[in-house]
Amino acid sequence: MKKNRAATAAAVCGALLIAGCSSDFGSDSGAEQDSSEKQKLTVMIGSSGDAETNAVKAAAAAWAKKTGNTVTVVPAQNLDQQLGQSLAGGKPPDVFYVGSSVFANYAKGNSLYAYGDKLTDKDDFSATLRNSFSYEDKFVCAPKDSSTLGLAINTKMWKAAGLTEADYPKSWDDLTKVAKELTTDKVSGLVVNSSYNQLGPFLKQAGGWITNADQTEITADSPENVEALTYVKKLLNDGVLTYPKQVDAGWGGEAFGAQKAAMTIEGNWLTGAMTNDYPDVDYTVVPLPKGPADQGTLSFSTCWGVANKSSHRDAAVSLVEAFTTAEQQVTFADAYGVMPSRTSALATYEKRHPQDKAFVDGSAYAQGPVTLPGFTKVLEQFDTDLAGLAKADPRKILGDLQTNGEQVLKSNG
Amino acid sequence: MSQYGSGSGSVAAPPAPAGGDGSTGAGGRRRPRRGSASGIKGRQGLWGWLFVSPMVLVLGLFLLLPIGMALWVSLLNWDGQSNPFTGAADFVGTDNYSNVLATDGLDRTLFMTSVRNNLYFVLLAVPLQTILALALAVAVNSRRVKGKSLFRTIFYFPSVTSSIAISTVFLFLFQGSGAVNALLKWVGITGPKWFTDANGLVWTILGGLGIVDPDKPTAALASNGFLGLSWWDWLSGPSIAMCTVIMLIVWTSSGTYMLIFLAALQDVPAELEEAALLDGANRWQSFRNVTIPALRPVIFLVVTLGLIGSWQIFDAVYVMSQGAPGNTTLTPAFLSYTAGFGDSEYGRAAAIAFILLAIIMVMTLIQRVLLRDRDKPVRAGRRFGAVRRRAS
Repeated sequence: MKKNRAATAAAVCGALLIAGCSSDFGSDSGAEQDSSEKQKLTVMIGSSGDAETNAVKAAAAAWAKKTGNTVTVVPAQNLDQQLGQSLAGGKPPDVFYVGSSVFANYAKGNSLYAYGDKLTDKDDFSATLRNSFSYEDKFVCAPKDSSTLGLAINTKMWKAAGLTEADYPKSWDDLTKVAKELTTDKVSGLVVNSSYNQLGPFLKQAGGWITNADQTEITADSPENVEALTYVKKLLNDGVLTYPKQVDAGWGGEAFGAQKAAMTIEGNWLTGAMTNDYPDVDYTVVPLPKGPADQGTLSFSTCWGVANKSSHRDAAVSLVEAFTTAEQQVTFADAYGVMPSRTSALATYEKRHPQDKAFVDGSAYAQGPVTLPGFTKVLEQFDTDLAGLAKADPRKILGDLQTNGEQVLKSNG
Repeated sequence: MSQYGSGSGSVAAPPAPAGGDGSTGAGGRRRPRRGSASGIKGRQGLWGWLFVSPMVLVLGLFLLLPIGMALWVSLLNWDGQSNPFTGAADFVGTDNYSNVLATDGLDRTLFMTSVRNNLYFVLLAVPLQTILALALAVAVNSRRVKGKSLFRTIFYFPSVTSSIAISTVFLFLFQGSGAVNALLKWVGITGPKWFTDANGLVWTILGGLGIVDPDKPTAALASNGFLGLSWWDWLSGPSIAMCTVIMLIVWTSSGTYMLIFLAALQDVPAELEEAALLDGANRWQSFRNVTIPALRPVIFLVVTLGLIGSWQIFDAVYVMSQGAPGNTTLTPAFLSYTAGFGDSEYGRAAAIAFILLAIIMVMTLIQRVLLRDRDKPVRAGRRFGAVRRRAS
């Protein structure tokens, strides 16, 4: 009898708790819209540092003053995790950064409000960037900025090796040659992250890529990709290309700044790191060499996501509009060294930052990242395999990538 | 049930006369006592529930309920962006479990790799930390050592330091040009690049002896496999990077276990050891035949705690390696985290967590059987008895 009563009490308590929890999750579709004059918005960003946080705060404050709304900018410690929690909890911030690696997951989960087509002058964003942030043919969110990869060269070491501007590598053979000449006992000719984010250009330069253009097929095991990885493997085994960890660095930029590398392949985020951490190192950035097929580089971006569950969607879109005007983008670029995502702003940017010309030029032919839902783990496995490339068979690595990728594509339906 | 009833009845009886129900208590000495006892017991039960209710609520709210919710999530294909407790949830049954255990693919390969890594981790870390902790405890317990409390503090220190801080320090120590390699250089050894070395310990040692070539797997082992990993991979042993993590865990955890052993050692009757010595046993024999059997339950405790802790290893991996190099420091706990927060596959993450729970339970059971006191209680008692008899 007593036991039963206790059990019933426990069950009732449990049921109440579950009911309490589930009511907190809110409905799954869009939220009711707030139409008041003064709205309170929250912006969550994954900031690269104080410079970025302050720039975003200033831009948000200017918009808030103009429109009479209030904006709180929250810099996240671990954006993916914090966003994941707030999305699962049903109370996401109104506006937040969405990296291209999680974009597809969020879009598939119907967490993002697709406002891209409402933006004024949306064609000002390059086709590559718009593609990167489109899901099921809908342009979802506005690219915040853009980055491409270039080849950074330590000018002092370059001169010391007896090389001139005429020797800037134009082809894979040139790259092998200069990397060999720059390699000494203490310095590695070329240090590149063991990730597809930095080694990916070689696939493009050989004429391959992980997927086809509209990401409906995996093309990882193509002969072009095999050729690219075989070339990288040769550089590794010749000892002229090393991974950052082999020289006790966290990433290519660190090895480059600490002068353990004469060259590295990095994006324009390198500029900020060099100014802040290694202001005394002279360097220049040139376009990546051409491969057997063509020029190739990768483009990266983050977009301003607006939550589907936000009750201030119109205000949020207006805020994003303010964040992505050409003038504001140039301000952001000056503050923390990113490249504008609007083509009209790129020209201004190039004029003000002539040393970044190689990055700007790259955006014309850059390949966007793979944005398929559930693809994160496949690419992470690819990165893990690339780290062991020196001793592995490129065919095997690409074959695994093909199988794993096809499996995800199939399960996406 | 009857035991419980009679037990509580007898306990409940004494305060009865003093209570408000004095009349029923005085009602008779022979039979009515039963009625009064049950009345009081009823009330006592209520009070009992009242007193434990805060803990029941806390446990239920923060332990049982989340476990139940996680179990439900492990049966869903949930991306973490909707309410998993409505009809809209995508129920997939045991798909998450079969993807990780049975279906050939990336999910299974990753999980099996993590299980292999952790298995080697347990095989090395648990015996090492138990032996080290016992040795430290015996050393600190010795009557001849001076400044014991200083040593006790020193040995216990790693256990109270934040594991994140220790992991970060280890990162620097074991860098390619770090302190450890500088030390090895002094004695003429070129140290490995600890955190970037994905080579398995077994193949490295066999390669060093010239038996196999670590870079060229034997065809028979490499082409056949079990559960998505080749035999070559299964048998490779922990990677050099994993060995670094093992060293860290052994070093940090042995302090806590030393304290447990120390407390138990101080409970071993000194006269038993003296008797054994008088009997002509040397120090080792007395340790082996008197101290160790007396410590058996504590050894079981320490090994069990070590086993559970080792299967849940997360923080050191998160800080030091994130699974790299070549997934050789990937552990099920870390894989569960990346599956959830990295890949937004919370169903798979929850499924991995429950499989991990099952592994821990099975391992603990196996270890319980292995450590069962086979020659107990008769022989151990007889041995003690014999020693005692002769000593007197």
